[in-house]
Amino acid sequence: MNIHRFLKSAAGHQAVDNNRRSFLKVSAGTSAGLMLGVSFNGSALAQSAATEAALELNAFVSITPDNVVKVLIKHLEMGQGVYTGLATCIAEEMDAAWSQVECEHAPANTARYANLLMGQQGTGGSTAIANSFMQMRQAGAAARSMLVSAAAAKWQVPASEITVTDGMLTHGARSATFGELAIAAAQQPTPDAGSLTLKIPAEFKLIGQENTLRKDVGKHNGTAIYTQDVKLPGMLTAVVAHSPRFGGKVKSFDAGAALARQGVQQVFEIDSGIAVLATDYWSATKGRELLRIEWDDSAAETRGTADILQQYRGLVDTAGAVAESHGNAEQTLAQSADVTELVFEYPYLAHAQMEPMNCVAQVNGTSAEMWYGCQSASGDQAAIAQLLGTGIEQVKINTVFAGGGFGRRANPVSDYVLEAVRIAQQVQGTPVKLVWSREDDMQAGYYRPAYVHKLSASQDANGKPAAIQIRVAGQSIMAGTSLGAMMISNGIDITSVEGLSDMSYDIPERQVELHSPEVGIPVQWWRSVGHTHTAFSKEVFIDALARKAGADPVAYRLELLKNNPRETAVLKLAAEKAGWGTTQLPAGWGRGVAVHTSFGSTVAEIVDVSVQGNNFKVERVVAAIDCGIAVNPNIVRAQVESAIAYGLSAALADEVTLTAGNVDQTNFHTYRVLRMNAMPSVETHIVPSTNPPSGVGEPGTPPIAPAVANALAAVTGRTFTRLPLKLA
Amino acid sequence: MPYLLTINGQSHEVDVEGDMPLLWVVREQLNLTGTKFGCGMAQCGACSVQIDGVATRTCVLTVADSVGKNILTIEGLQSPQALAIQNAWVELQVPQCGYCQSGQVVSATTLLEQNSNPSDADIDAAMSGNICRCGTYPRIKAGIKMAAAQFYNAAGAA
Repeated sequence: MNIHRFLKSAAGHQAVDNNRRSFLKVSAGTSAGLMLGVSFNGSALAQSAATEAALELNAFVSITPDNVVKVLIKHLEMGQGVYTGLATCIAEEMDAAWSQVECEHAPANTARYANLLMGQQGTGGSTAIANSFMQMRQAGAAARSMLVSAAAAKWQVPASEITVTDGMLTHGARSATFGELAIAAAQQPTPDAGSLTLKIPAEFKLIGQENTLRKDVGKHNGTAIYTQDVKLPGMLTAVVAHSPRFGGKVKSFDAGAALARQGVQQVFEIDSGIAVLATDYWSATKGRELLRIEWDDSAAETRGTADILQQYRGLVDTAGAVAESHGNAEQTLAQSADVTELVFEYPYLAHAQMEPMNCVAQVNGTSAEMWYGCQSASGDQAAIAQLLGTGIEQVKINTVFAGGGFGRRANPVSDYVLEAVRIAQQVQGTPVKLVWSREDDMQAGYYRPAYVHKLSASQDANGKPAAIQIRVAGQSIMAGTSLGAMMISNGIDITSVEGLSDMSYDIPERQVELHSPEVGIPVQWWRSVGHTHTAFSKEVFIDALARKAGADPVAYRLELLKNNPRETAVLKLAAEKAGWGTTQLPAGWGRGVAVHTSFGSTVAEIVDVSVQGNNFKVERVVAAIDCGIAVNPNIVRAQVESAIAYGLSAALADEVTLTAGNVDQTNFHTYRVLRMNAMPSVETHIVPSTNPPSGVGEPGTPPIAPAVANALAAVTGRTFTRLPLKLA
Repeated sequence: MPYLLTINGQSHEVDVEGDMPLLWVVREQLNLTGTKFGCGMAQCGACSVQIDGVATRTCVLTVADSVGKNILTIEGLQSPQALAIQNAWVELQVPQCGYCQSGQVVSATTLLEQNSNPSDADIDAAMSGNICRCGTYPRIKAGIKMAAAQFYNAAGAA
């Protein structure tokens, strides 16, 4: 394939967008970012050595003389597959050989590496591929163009006569690898964006294929480096004693016994508690046990979740701020003789990612260097700079793999990051690894908020919903954060009602109202954010209405989705693949369905459960997803499986409760999560599409809990309105 | 006090407190960081290593109790079953975040060394002590079966 290609892209055949690219170019010989300013122990050494020789073609692509294409990944790789996904888009347009591509995390640099959908550097909202699909392809095309120009100059032939295939440039009998041309290519002018021609989908060789990650990522053999594995010369390990109650402060403390313990180096108070620094984790944590601390709870949250939910139950009986209104649902319901009303309850949820929160920081006066699985580079960098009274250019962030995130690592106030910096400030020049134990992590808050919903609807003569009123009560995730101004308008935090205020079902009259009470428990987004609860209410409620109408749950939904071809197609595909209405289930089994759109993608899930007495097991899940172009279908399937498992864990077990302001759960024996023996088989079907890619990491989560609840309803005849689900 | 440990076929003398969990000895004293800290109370399995052929949680095993044992961490797994598991992990793209996977590989390897043709129930029993919050369970199961096929078929053909 040569460069005479159509000036068309996969995303609706639009031309390359000049405004969305800001490639920086540096002269040959400049190293590309130098991922890690230090040598880690073990295998990471090799990675940084290779980087030093790389020649930068643009902000995302460097080539080493030994023919490695280094791709800088602007998003955090936390399991969702951004290394492979973004690299695939670059390699596609570069015509690189997949085997020569290696990935590294980009440094924090908002100008270069902003998420184009957020305007700042960060990973979240299932946007990694969606925001960068064109940008990465343009970066690949630009790199390819510079390689071709270099070859044309070297061989004294027209660029248009040079072909590029699998990392090899060819003209007649002459050929060269990318590596052989790396130095010359880096000296070429950055091509004008308008001159770049992107492939049309029919020309894709890598996009849509199931590339495997390179083996040397090391997640199968223990060599992958996470924050927990970072080791720097002279580094101390820090643990912090936090207030048992949210909002509690240190009144007084006695560090005598802790300081006397072997290995403990320093103990001091910081904003968030008492920090214990030691030569190693074990000494630090044993030292912490010896602290004597008196807490001041005068400003602390001292209520329990029972009190809080009781308050919410009262709130949903009163009018709230109006999030969405069509017709006069309240009046129609008041005049209806038969109103279906259900009250739903959702607990606080911890993220419980496998790697407890941690962060490595080194502060020298007004500069800082950080090493961690950084999910919110711009936000964290700005917060650190503000704390140090310095500029963001004085804050260097080295991003390593994250042991799961599910939202937790992009903290709106950079909680754990600033805790590490505050400690490092006290030991200038010494690198400090802040390590949270599982108990610290579980009890530190920033949970998915608890909610109560009340849904009321009337039905017409055919059983179709005529009017629906929805009231939601629960904490705002966005209130008080830097995103609040953008995400909250007229008293409505859109993330509290998303999925309900924009539901796809065609219901003539509808009203959605919101109460956002202030509670002293820190809350945060959790995989699929508001959809974690709104999809459950919507899909369980619609099932209840279908049963009342005597209608088949799939047929009932399809009738209400007549004007939504996308949800219709996804639901039909899942139903067909699951054998909905055509296969017989064993006695005691039930089948349930849910369909939901979030993060630009639609997912339908059909679940089979088996019930024995008061126990049940989710046996099988059939999912269908429309996420636009599937850059890597294998990763799409993996993410749907993962999203289902994560949501199923919450459906079956996850729950944070508080008693008198104290979190009751401490570790995995009390905060129960999904294990292998409760995992169903999962079958994922991807709707073929040429639309631009949309979210994949989260949209599989919302439908699973309601699909399970609806399957249980099919067996038991009962309606389940509380998570986690319990038969008795 | 000094303790003599046999890890991945090598002798290591470490001078630590006797109640220090083996996890922190291998991670922080010996820089074998493939073994991960997940819960600290034998609930999640991220810290699993093989001790005398048995998958063992090192976050609750003291260094004093580790003396005289044959300890294999993820870095030292070399049996044909271990290699088959790791190859299957790559082939099926089992890991997502990857943090739990050293422990998963240790548990899966141990299962396969003891049972070359594990059933679904055998796999559930052997693997349910290892939590994966990314929910890679279906692929772990498939990976174990893919690796097992190699031994089961080989044994059947022999």
